[in-house]
Amino acid sequence: MRAVIAEDSVLLRIGLVKVLEMAGFEVLAETGDAEGLLAAVGEHRPELALVDVRMPPGFTDEGVRAALMIRQESPDTAVLLLSQYVEERYAADLLATQTRAGIGYLLKQRVADVEEFIDALRRVASGGTALDPQVVAQLLLRRGGGPDPLGRLTPREREVLALMAEGRSNAGIAAELVVSESAVAKHINSIFTKLDLPPADGDHRRVLAVLRFLDGTP
Amino acid sequence: MAIRGGAPRRTYTWITAHAPWSAWAWRNTAFTAAAIPPALPVLLGLTYAVTAPGTGTLPLLLVLALCPLLTRLQRSRFWALLGLDVPKVVHEGGRFTPRALARRLRSESTWRQYGYHLLVSPLAALAGALVVLAWAFGTAATCVYGWFWILPADTRTPGWTNEYDAITAAGVLLLLAAPWLAALFARLDAVAAAALLGPNRARELERRVEDLAESRAGVLDAADLERRRIERDLHDGAQQRLVALAMNLGIARATLPDLPPEAKAVIDEAHREAKEAIEELNSLVRGLHPAVLEDRGLDAALSGIAARAPFPVELTVDIAARPGATVEAVAYFVVSETLANVAKHAGADHCRVHVVRGPVPGGPGGGDLLRITVTDDGVGGADPARGTGLVGLRKRVGSVDGTIMIESPLGGPTVITVELPCGL
Repeated sequence: MRAVIAEDSVLLRIGLVKVLEMAGFEVLAETGDAEGLLAAVGEHRPELALVDVRMPPGFTDEGVRAALMIRQESPDTAVLLLSQYVEERYAADLLATQTRAGIGYLLKQRVADVEEFIDALRRVASGGTALDPQVVAQLLLRRGGGPDPLGRLTPREREVLALMAEGRSNAGIAAELVVSESAVAKHINSIFTKLDLPPADGDHRRVLAVLRFLDGTP
Repeated sequence: MAIRGGAPRRTYTWITAHAPWSAWAWRNTAFTAAAIPPALPVLLGLTYAVTAPGTGTLPLLLVLALCPLLTRLQRSRFWALLGLDVPKVVHEGGRFTPRALARRLRSESTWRQYGYHLLVSPLAALAGALVVLAWAFGTAATCVYGWFWILPADTRTPGWTNEYDAITAAGVLLLLAAPWLAALFARLDAVAAAALLGPNRARELERRVEDLAESRAGVLDAADLERRRIERDLHDGAQQRLVALAMNLGIARATLPDLPPEAKAVIDEAHREAKEAIEELNSLVRGLHPAVLEDRGLDAALSGIAARAPFPVELTVDIAARPGATVEAVAYFVVSETLANVAKHAGADHCRVHVVRGPVPGGPGGGDLLRITVTDDGVGGADPARGTGLVGLRKRVGSVDGTIMIESPLGGPTVITVELPCGL
């Protein structure tokens, strides 16, 4: 699979290229700013763009804005954003632009856990989702106040919901919580029933459904 | 009022200072006499205005236009001859624009100056003339026996007479009185000048308070800016390097499965240490000034803290417009430190944070208030007198003129209400 990288710190960029190659990607272009990224995506049409949020010239949210443009103009390119801090509304903005391609939004330091990061890269590149646990925590927080359907969930179901929102598969959730996959499936069905969500096919749609609910947008 | 240092070489004592031969006597006399020249244009203008009411207004206006110059002359007279510094009235803005002139005309200090120049200055000139005359007549009368020979022979009486004795005595008295008169007039003039030429004390204090408030705000903003600069440097420098290091160690761990167990253990250890260092640096940077606060505002930054709290937090933020950076930073730290306190001491399982920006209740329009309420269902008993965290919180809130109220009965719940004025 083919990928491009936009990261202004050269040191990190070298490492990210190594990790992408370990994960079996072919890195077509590396760039340090949003303009270069958009040009590279337009030229190569890669399966994955790995993007730093804070880039020159403004060092604020250039990466997010570039990601939104990629989603519009190159709907087959999956985007994985890396950020110093995570902000759930960036995630909401990105998820609102629904395409076939996957989406990911992780804290930058998650790249240190190389195996998990590679897992997230592959998941996003193949149309899945990888949301940072902190984003999910913030999304769950946003649902506070009023009659709360989340209140009907058991603590274990909340854990499953959080992992599901991060983009994990049933197998991943089962490994994380040290339970069987069938137990996870049972929890998920129960969550969908309690939250009035129709079961959907595929990981990505599932996460989107959960997030739509968490975010409160129809 | 400040007496010029070192100028009077001899000490001022009540009696000797008013002796006709003392330096003080001459100084006061010179001072009162010097009131005459600056009063002359005023007297001329006033005379015109009185004798020709129609056309006389023009010279009078000319005199009023001269007032700033006259004020400078008078200030220089007080300083040079009396060692008294009449503080300068500071006018804001440009000098010769119509708006600056209009502002000057509206300013009460301008009218006080007119009062001095039109009323006190002529009187002072009169007093100066009186003092000069007192000296002159005193000297003349005292020396009557010395010069009466030059009078025509038929009008003078040779030898000692009671009449000439009386004139001599009166002259001496006049000479003795002249320094006292000079001192009295100088004193009155100085009081009038301080009241009319100098700045208004209450206004001056008000201005000073404004200046101080402004400079404090400047200091706070500068400190805030510095914190943000350090945060940026750490973010873009040390943190990136650490992440790269941790990533490389992670790559090493993942790509070198056949290492001897000792080497593998060392790499594992280094990898863990690096990740912990990143976490530590992250919380340090957040403590300085979180980037998300600057980029995305209070709502986003607070939801970050709330999500990291070890207990469920219900957060509502209702802010139409972002407050200033300093107020935002204080609000952020209030919530951050309060939640840390709750986690440490309260034993709560639930916390509610409510932030709202609205007009000051019952106050005049204009100023807005940022009200932060943090409620927890913990054990209560938070004592502002003991907790250093609460003292720090109070200081931080006080730095932007905010107020903090802590209600924490034993057994809970604890409610902390902080109000921060935004937009002074």
